[in-house]
Amino acid sequence: MNARQKNTTEYNFAYLDEDTKRMIRRALLKAVAIPGYQVPFASREMPMPYGWGTGGVQVTAACLTPDDVLKVIDQGADDTTNAVSIRKFFQRTADVAVTEATQDATIIQTRHRIPEAALTEGQILVFQVPIPEPLRFLEPRETETRKMHELEEYGLMHVKLYEDIAKHGQIATAYAYPVKVEGRYVMDPSPIPKFDNPKLSGNPALMLFGAGREQRIYALPPHTNVVSLDFEDHPFEASKANHNCDICGAGDTYLDEVITDDQGSRMFVCSDTDHCRIRQEA
Amino acid sequence: MQPLLQVKDIRKTYGPRIGCTDVSFDLYPGEVMGIVGESGSGKSTLLSCLAGHAQPDTGAVIFDGRDTVTMPEPERRMLARTDWAYVHQNPRDGLRMGVSAGGNVGERLMAVGARNYGTIRDTATDWLGRVEINADRIDDRPSQFSGGMQQRLQIARNLVTGPRLVFMDEPTGGLDVSVQARLLDLLRGLVRRMGLSAIIVTHDLAVVRLLADRLMVMKGGHVVEQGLTDQVLDDPQHAYTQLLVSSVLQV
Amino acid sequence: MYVAVKGGERAIENAHAYLGEQRRGDPGVAELGTDQIEQQLSLAVNRVMAEGSLYDPALAALAIKQSRGDLIEAIFLIRAYRTTLPRLGASIPVDTARMECIRRVSATFKDVPGGQILGPTFDYTHRLLDFALMAEGEAPVAPRKPAEPAHVPHVTGFLGDLIQPEDSSDTEPRDLTREPLELPADRALRLQSLTRGDEGFILGLAYSTQRGYARNHAFVGELRIGTVAVEMDIPELGFSVEIGEVELTECETVNQFKGSKTEPPQFTRGYGLTFGQTERKAISMALVDRALRWRELGEDYVGAPAQDEEFVLSHADNIQATGFLEHIKLPHYVDFQSELELVRRMREAAE
Repeated sequence: MNARQKNTTEYNFAYLDEDTKRMIRRALLKAVAIPGYQVPFASREMPMPYGWGTGGVQVTAACLTPDDVLKVIDQGADDTTNAVSIRKFFQRTADVAVTEATQDATIIQTRHRIPEAALTEGQILVFQVPIPEPLRFLEPRETETRKMHELEEYGLMHVKLYEDIAKHGQIATAYAYPVKVEGRYVMDPSPIPKFDNPKLSGNPALMLFGAGREQRIYALPPHTNVVSLDFEDHPFEASKANHNCDICGAGDTYLDEVITDDQGSRMFVCSDTDHCRIRQEA
Repeated sequence: MQPLLQVKDIRKTYGPRIGCTDVSFDLYPGEVMGIVGESGSGKSTLLSCLAGHAQPDTGAVIFDGRDTVTMPEPERRMLARTDWAYVHQNPRDGLRMGVSAGGNVGERLMAVGARNYGTIRDTATDWLGRVEINADRIDDRPSQFSGGMQQRLQIARNLVTGPRLVFMDEPTGGLDVSVQARLLDLLRGLVRRMGLSAIIVTHDLAVVRLLADRLMVMKGGHVVEQGLTDQVLDDPQHAYTQLLVSSVLQV
Repeated sequence: MYVAVKGGERAIENAHAYLGEQRRGDPGVAELGTDQIEQQLSLAVNRVMAEGSLYDPALAALAIKQSRGDLIEAIFLIRAYRTTLPRLGASIPVDTARMECIRRVSATFKDVPGGQILGPTFDYTHRLLDFALMAEGEAPVAPRKPAEPAHVPHVTGFLGDLIQPEDSSDTEPRDLTREPLELPADRALRLQSLTRGDEGFILGLAYSTQRGYARNHAFVGELRIGTVAVEMDIPELGFSVEIGEVELTECETVNQFKGSKTEPPQFTRGYGLTFGQTERKAISMALVDRALRWRELGEDYVGAPAQDEEFVLSHADNIQATGFLEHIKLPHYVDFQSELELVRRMREAAE
């Protein structure tokens, strides 16, 4: 038994073996070359559950170098349990420096948010993606949706938006709001609130998307043109709660609503905890 | 005048069995071609080959100067949502049952780039009117419609983008006789007013009598007779056509 | 003043400590050894090996202990370990005709060369709780007879050309664990997916075929359990050597015949092969394999779940399923907040 026991030091840098990383990097290169296109990759079984960021973790592992500074957020916050868990995983397996400061990070792994602070050239933002296929809930079959992408048959996507307006008077998609990349591929930006969608376009950082369970990787290279789908007379709107942050006073950030007592009193606070902290300290 | 569609030597087999063979004809703009025959005559196989749903073993289907049999799939699909339309026998095959009537009509518009909700909705309303569906049903799903209404909705959904060629597979099949008559009347009006070119497959001679300029009679995968509709129906030459016509007249 | 929730790291550490305590249970009760699990909960060990895709009873026992007996969790541990192991090479295909059977039954022939062997089966036990097991008892001893090296040919072999032949091919199948699943999948990939698929899911699908959702009239042509030698080609030696043996369960079903005017009627087959003594799984696998072969056998697709390759292969894996299912308990308040705002706005617009 003892001969084959593995402790963390026996794992390769950032857990994955070099062959696997090479395979993932090849997929990443292809993804960068065809922005918005979902590249199949042989996702490995990670020591954390599918649906908990295995895709993002594999992408991060394939990008990490010993000199990197890693930030991990979930729901915009560095201290949410799954962010803590993933950060710890890379500290253990790659011994990299970690940070909560957005501007200090070279790689940011995120679930459901894009940081408020503007990202800069050279930074990599890695998204955890549960369902990479933007057409999935309109058409459950992968064989069919791949063909729809191939043939650029996206009428159905707008039918969904049409139905929303006909039924609700407005487009009833609040997160994972579909976008079109460089006028070609329709892409799921992962379940970020649509508030974050404008940050996808023309961003100087490299954005990588990893879906472990669904075995897909896709990417937005720096300065890619990304358009949120809409109608001329029902334009896309990056909405948020109509409040300011009750802690830092910011009026331009995405807010969490917190229920503070049994009477249902509420307050609104920045979901990006690092951004809020910096504003408080200023 | 240049033909809109040139069909040359289409042949399709299923193993040793012949689906259809040696089919050639030209279709001119504004012309309606009827294809009649009993089930198993090869008329549906032929329609599938013409509309690009099945790959013929040999032959060419030249639309607007381009062979649609050999063109790449993306181009053929583009044709299918712009210049072509296809009306299925069963409206369930041609409609999105989970999408409202307005969404069904609007889909083809959106597929070719319409991005103004108001315009799409106005166009859908207009088309519902043209196929005699009340504007207040626009947000209802087809599953709440009768069979005849579903078929009319399917026709609206197909014609909304002004296609140049419409394929119809037994468009009145499966409907009550009175509903059939109304639908035929409607179709005739649309075809004449829009100057549509169409290929209609049916086993019902009344349908072609009313809609088709020319007629092709098929049996066992072969075309046994073709000509002007009135000519073929009033003075059938081939024994099989004679049988077909007489069997109807006796009803 | 409100302070954002902090302390995720401590919460996790405390949760892990609590979990460890719960796993051990009452320290007054003797701790369970992994060797006890391996020996006395061997069918659980077998399932973990089969669905974990790793033949290692000791590690499977450890995983069961660590997971407090949650077998899907144990399978998960094994899979996560397996993925880090170096691939030294592939064995040559095992020869199940040379299996040393401890169980072998055929439902299609009363007797067959090699004989019917019931083996260690629950089949004819009366399902009455044996309260004697609550007390420590003597080790039961089964009667034995001297082993005779038996040749145990496959029962379906006796059917000759009455059963549809399988293509034999030496091309190396694709590896589901090293390449992304792309559809349509060939049979080798389907069988890989089924053999590591969730027992309950495969069982449910198989049962559905029996109840008419793509019924294919299966008989168990043969079910055998036993050990086979694993051999590997050693390039330096130029021949293969035995590197160990594994216990396997193999099931071949004889199914509804096909035929046409030009082809004589023939029985068809489904196939199941699983690690360990896992016969429920192997039989289920054979039925689902058979249902998935409708296209190749010229049958109609009747829309049954067990015929739908994309549906079956996308949902058979319990590690994928449980991960995605359980991820909805992770924080989603950003998404939820955006929907909350949307619903409020829509209600405002409606008023």
